Amino acid sequence: MAKEKKGVRLEHISKIYQDPKTKKNFYAVKDTSLDIEPGSFVTLLGPSGCGKTTTLRMIAGFESPDEGEIYLGGEPINALTPNKRDTAMVFQSYALLPHYNIFDNVAYGLKLRKMDKETIKTKVTNILKLVGLEGMEARMTNQLSGGQQQRVALARALVLEPGVLLFDEPLSNLDAKLRVSMRTEIRRIQQEAGITAVYVTHDQSEAMAISDKIIIMEKGIVAQMGSPQEIYYHPKSEFVADFIGEANFLKGPLKSKNGSDGVVDISGTKVDVKEIKNFGIGDTCTLVLRPESAVLADAGQLPCRVILSCFMGSYQNYHVMVGDNLVKITDFNPKNKKIYNVGDNAYVKFDPANVHVL
Amino acid sequence: MAKNQSASLDRKKFFADPIMVTTIVVLIAFLTLFILYPLAILLVDSFVTDQGIGFSVFRRIMKMSNFRRAITNTLKVGFLVGIASALIGLLFAYVEVYVKLKTRFMEGLFKVVSMLPVVSPPFVLSLSMIMLFGKAGIITRFLLHIYDNNVYGFWGIAIVQTLTFFPVCYMMMRGLLKNIDPSLEEAARDMGATRWKVFMTVTLPLILPGLGNAFLVTFIESIADFANPMIIGGSYDTLATTIYLQITGAYDKEGASAMAVVLLGITLLMFIVQKYYLEAKSTATLSGKASRQRMLIEDRSVTIPLTILCSLLAIFVVMMYICVPFGAMFKTWGYDFHLTTKWFKQVFTKYKGLKAFKDSFVLSLVASPITALLSMIISYLVVKRKFKAKGFIEAVSMLAMAVPGTVLGIGYIRGFSAGVFRTGFLQGLYGTGAILVIVFIVRSLPTGTRSGISALRQIDKSIEESAYDMGADSLTVFMTVTLPLIKDSFLSGLVTAFVRSITAISAIILLVTPQYLLITVQINEFAEKGAYGIACAFASILIIITYSAVLLMNLVIKYFGTSRNYREE
Repeated sequence: MAKEKKGVRLEHISKIYQDPKTKKNFYAVKDTSLDIEPGSFVTLLGPSGCGKTTTLRMIAGFESPDEGEIYLGGEPINALTPNKRDTAMVFQSYALLPHYNIFDNVAYGLKLRKMDKETIKTKVTNILKLVGLEGMEARMTNQLSGGQQQRVALARALVLEPGVLLFDEPLSNLDAKLRVSMRTEIRRIQQEAGITAVYVTHDQSEAMAISDKIIIMEKGIVAQMGSPQEIYYHPKSEFVADFIGEANFLKGPLKSKNGSDGVVDISGTKVDVKEIKNFGIGDTCTLVLRPESAVLADAGQLPCRVILSCFMGSYQNYHVMVGDNLVKITDFNPKNKKIYNVGDNAYVKFDPANVHVL
Repeated sequence: MAKNQSASLDRKKFFADPIMVTTIVVLIAFLTLFILYPLAILLVDSFVTDQGIGFSVFRRIMKMSNFRRAITNTLKVGFLVGIASALIGLLFAYVEVYVKLKTRFMEGLFKVVSMLPVVSPPFVLSLSMIMLFGKAGIITRFLLHIYDNNVYGFWGIAIVQTLTFFPVCYMMMRGLLKNIDPSLEEAARDMGATRWKVFMTVTLPLILPGLGNAFLVTFIESIADFANPMIIGGSYDTLATTIYLQITGAYDKEGASAMAVVLLGITLLMFIVQKYYLEAKSTATLSGKASRQRMLIEDRSVTIPLTILCSLLAIFVVMMYICVPFGAMFKTWGYDFHLTTKWFKQVFTKYKGLKAFKDSFVLSLVASPITALLSMIISYLVVKRKFKAKGFIEAVSMLAMAVPGTVLGIGYIRGFSAGVFRTGFLQGLYGTGAILVIVFIVRSLPTGTRSGISALRQIDKSIEESAYDMGADSLTVFMTVTLPLIKDSFLSGLVTAFVRSITAISAIILLVTPQYLLITVQINEFAEKGAYGIACAFASILIIITYSAVLLMNLVIKYFGTSRNYREE
């Protein structure tokens, strides 16, 4: 549907803000370079204050970068005002124009482009069909539910057929269930429209469900970028591992090495690990163990003592102590399994292939 | 770490918008020329003499005993009026917010009391004060048989100003009290405090900065007031009247300028304390919205005395206002109570009333849309845009609030009678209707801007950003998004500007030329002469005009105002 899918390129972008209290300058975004392919769905993920929204607003043109240049479809756009950029943004608060009905909200940008009435009408009708709001043209925005307002905001951006669509935490005002269905919807519409999308969120499951590529940001710096699987299974740092999903970190020295396999000493117990090419004997390894990739058993790699055992329906939630380390385990489908109680001794059991070493 | 690139990019983006740049340049020129320049010329006048720069003019005026007396008089009145208005305002607000009022009558009375000072010319209460309590006053002469009561002077001014200004305090305090979370007071009650104790230890400390704020706002209003001291002051001169007499009577321009600088200094100081210290504090302590409805006090030992007290005060105020049209219907107030239409007739036959109303009406009608639009543009720029001169625009438009009309009037005389900086540039402006319109605009601009700013602050910034993002330029955003969203504020700004202009006197009386007959100037003239019948007739018609304007506005907002429909969202 889009006239032309455009890629976005950020070259060494930095943004400096002033702390209102200390009056000191600090980097909100530092030396960030990104290459977003045309037609792809890229998510900027990170905790609040990591610079993800600032980055998005720099692409939209609301903020100006202090260093570097932004390109949209190969053109440098640093000096362009937001109204001259081929971007359309979906705001966190939806930002619908409250004095217009749905039709006029969606038609607003088209009217500014001086299209004739018939074209506008066709375009608006088509786009409202795409987002599932047919026949609601005459409603005022305050007569809509949160999800419907979200759809109007999306339609209003899509109808402009922008080179890139920008999302600023669009689902954070919706309730949990609606959030899940809306994110599937957004993904479907983006793919149907074949449009480039940059999406900002602090919700890691949303990011994984929706993206071709995730960019994790920490304190203004890109911590890691890659496909959801890459990031989840091969996090480059404890921060990334912990931010995307839950993770247990077990530290110990590398005892022996055989090609890419090796043995690490965790609290006095020898544990087999894989993929340790970059480590030498005696180096400290951090084992990243996802709670769902381990179970409790009467025999396994690491002896432990149970300190919390809690039934959660779809899984049994355990907290166990391995030496001085707290390890969280989610044992799925616990119905016909042995349940360990607080104070029991057991073993943490896992497949070495499921452990990622840092 | 330097913000050079973003600064230069922001500048580029800013200049890519010629309409906004032009607007800002025009705005800065307007504010500089018509607010800053006249005040600056007063400073020049009072410091620079033929002998060079120095304090000689100040030394001269400080030697005048009447000027020294005027300073103490003004401060005394201001202080008393400030305290009295703040307390009465608090009483009314407390009764409305905390006490269960059973009757519709009381609610109506409260509404009328808060509305009257808005629609009436500033000196109406002085007129009725004289007619009720003066030598020929109905109450003093006929009810109490006191034949030589002197209402003129300190108490006259103080009472009239208190009754004029307390409704403003009432509105301010009402806003604050409504924002107190009732559970704070309920918690105190629950721990065993009496109602009085709760009021003294919880409610009062919470609103104390607000009360101080109300006091200072009234204080400034009181010392800047010209019309009331003029009519009811008698020989008790305040700064505003002394300055007026110094320039119109003694024709001492330098002296009047220096006096104006003194008056401006006092109001400015108060204004800075109020604006930057108390206003911030009074809202900071009450940030939360009330979580739920307050349990109103139904205890009769509380409700009955408070209700009676408020009703008496309110009825007294209403009576003062009603007195004015009656004053125009009797042959000779105080001596001959035969009904007559002669005063109303004379307004039009003998005293060129039609021209006076036409002049006042047309000039105010020209000024009000400009004021309303200008104040909305200023609020938009201040709240929604980032640019270098923003601080200047905000400060100067707020500064106008602290400038007494008399000071502005003198500034205009000194600044424009011989052209800008006495070069003859723009000299043609002086003595025209245009300069009167400009004075009207400058006098109403701060009120409009303040209401525009508070309306705009409630609007999510991203609504305008989204329009901008969809391709609209600043002008389109302002016209299609901002203005429709603050339509109510714009409409009420329009009417407020109209009402303020048509009832204005302090600056205007210094600048008006015989070519223009303004109602307020006429009323002032007749009241000074003691021709109360004709003054009342003029005032009554004026009140009808302003009241209709306000009614019309409410009607328009009710049917065409859109804000209400989505404010809840």
